[in-house]
Amino acid sequence: MEFVRREAPYIAPKANVSSMMLQVLVALIPAALAHVWYFGPGFLCNLIIAAIFCVGGEALVMRLRGRPPLATISDYSALVTAVLLTFALPSLTPWWVTATGSLFAIVIAKHMYGGLGFNVFNPAMVGYIVVLIAFPMDLNLWVAPHMGDIDYQYLTLLQTIAYTLTGALPETLTFDAISRATPLDAMQAGLRTMHTFSEIWANPIMGNFGGRGWEWIGNLTLAGGIWLLIKKIIRWHIPVGVFAGLLIPMTVMYAIDSSANAGPGFHLFSGATILCAFFIATDPVSAATSPKGRLVYGAGIGFLIFSIRQWGSYADGVAFAVVLMNMATPAIDYVTRPHIVGHPRRGQRQ
Amino acid sequence: MTSGGLMERLQNGLWKENPGLVQLLGLCPLLAVTTSLVNGLGLGIATMVVLTLSNGLVSATRRWILHEIRLPIYVVIIASLVTCIELMFKAWFPTLDRSLGIFIPLIVTNCAIVARAEVFASRNPIGASLVDGIGMGAGFALLLMAIGAFRELLGQASILAGLDLITGGEPFSGFSFADSGFLIAVLPPGAFFSLALAVAAKNAIDGKRRISRRRTMSRKLRPSDHPRS
Repeated sequence: MEFVRREAPYIAPKANVSSMMLQVLVALIPAALAHVWYFGPGFLCNLIIAAIFCVGGEALVMRLRGRPPLATISDYSALVTAVLLTFALPSLTPWWVTATGSLFAIVIAKHMYGGLGFNVFNPAMVGYIVVLIAFPMDLNLWVAPHMGDIDYQYLTLLQTIAYTLTGALPETLTFDAISRATPLDAMQAGLRTMHTFSEIWANPIMGNFGGRGWEWIGNLTLAGGIWLLIKKIIRWHIPVGVFAGLLIPMTVMYAIDSSANAGPGFHLFSGATILCAFFIATDPVSAATSPKGRLVYGAGIGFLIFSIRQWGSYADGVAFAVVLMNMATPAIDYVTRPHIVGHPRRGQRQ
Repeated sequence: MTSGGLMERLQNGLWKENPGLVQLLGLCPLLAVTTSLVNGLGLGIATMVVLTLSNGLVSATRRWILHEIRLPIYVVIIASLVTCIELMFKAWFPTLDRSLGIFIPLIVTNCAIVARAEVFASRNPIGASLVDGIGMGAGFALLLMAIGAFRELLGQASILAGLDLITGGEPFSGFSFADSGFLIAVLPPGAFFSLALAVAAKNAIDGKRRISRRRTMSRKLRPSDHPRS
């Protein structure tokens, strides 16, 4: 009889960076398809450009740093950055805007800090903030969602590609004919001009429980996020923290005055709330590490999104909230260090 | 002072110990006003004049300045010089003065000036101190101009906008190359990025020079070059 002798560890974890990133990408596919369905093929054009510049930038930097480029390209992290950046951008974006954001995300936000695992800030969000500040005109052009009863003019695939490459619309179309305020924009502007919540809700860009189109993108993102939870790629602390930080204050405000504040359901299913909770804030590198720390980190992001939506000048504040909390991560990690068995608790004498 | 020492002093200010690039002093005006080449030029010249004169004055009075209270005395000297400069700007370049705003009086707090008074002028004769002031001031002014030009080109896609602030005459909106630029370059973050790039470029040039110098030296010292004795 023969015994098979094996060395420890007997149960080796299968997780590695590339399979993790690949599953994140897979989880985003339904939401991406919904995005294409509601906002047109511009999403795909942006995705191709962002992917080219993110992966190209990664290869370039690795070459400059004298390391083998394939080692980091094959972990798909640059591709995840590209996809998250594409989700943040409006579907009609000229290529140079996307390229600037991608290069900034990869070269400055990621590799200047030392590459994957060392980046202090979420690269995709830094790239988005840079283009949001540098090209405010292009970043405010959101086309209306594709839903039967809103009369607006479609851009065909060819027109979309032409716009992406040149930044100019065909002569028969104007920006006013194709673009609409996003639900969050309309809500913020409406509430500030003393319209009531129910008045603004009558606007055709609002859907059943969130912004039209956005609510279904949100639902599918939620499905992808839950799949990631089941697959144990992410853990529940950060999403719960984000939802609590955003929705509890929103509910309180709504309960105090339901005409001058938007309901929590609207805020949950508009903008990037769900995408942020499951895919952006859970970036394993720039988030806090301990369970308690993750709750605090998520709640901080949620509360910052609430503050920016409620009192800020931007309609949505996910990118700013995430980057601000990235800055606080070392402090959170320091304060929420788990207790080590056998050592005295903090504040307790030996 | 020998002409060799003079050149070395100038070179120190312009490159080797450049107040902005190497000592990282005076960052407040450097980051805040360099939104255009003309702004950088205006503040650069003002700083250079103050730096040269304050170096001269501190050096001339150095034997009477009590060591314990030297800093307040430097500040008084620098503040009176800056007041003169500010009044001159108000009289001759009123529009440039309005464009630079608070940053002309704030030259008083530019630590590059106090640093030169403390490190150099209080220990050296007048001639050397004046040359040091010119070198350091020119180094600072050139850096302000370079960063100003870089940010203006990138952020507004134009160059020399507002030249009329210095030369007078018709309002001049600069040579424009495109409708809009990379806006973030003229915003505060752009200032930090530009300065970081400038410092990195300087270090890269120095590093390359050091390598090539080492190579020529090692070539000289190669044993095969020497005849065997």
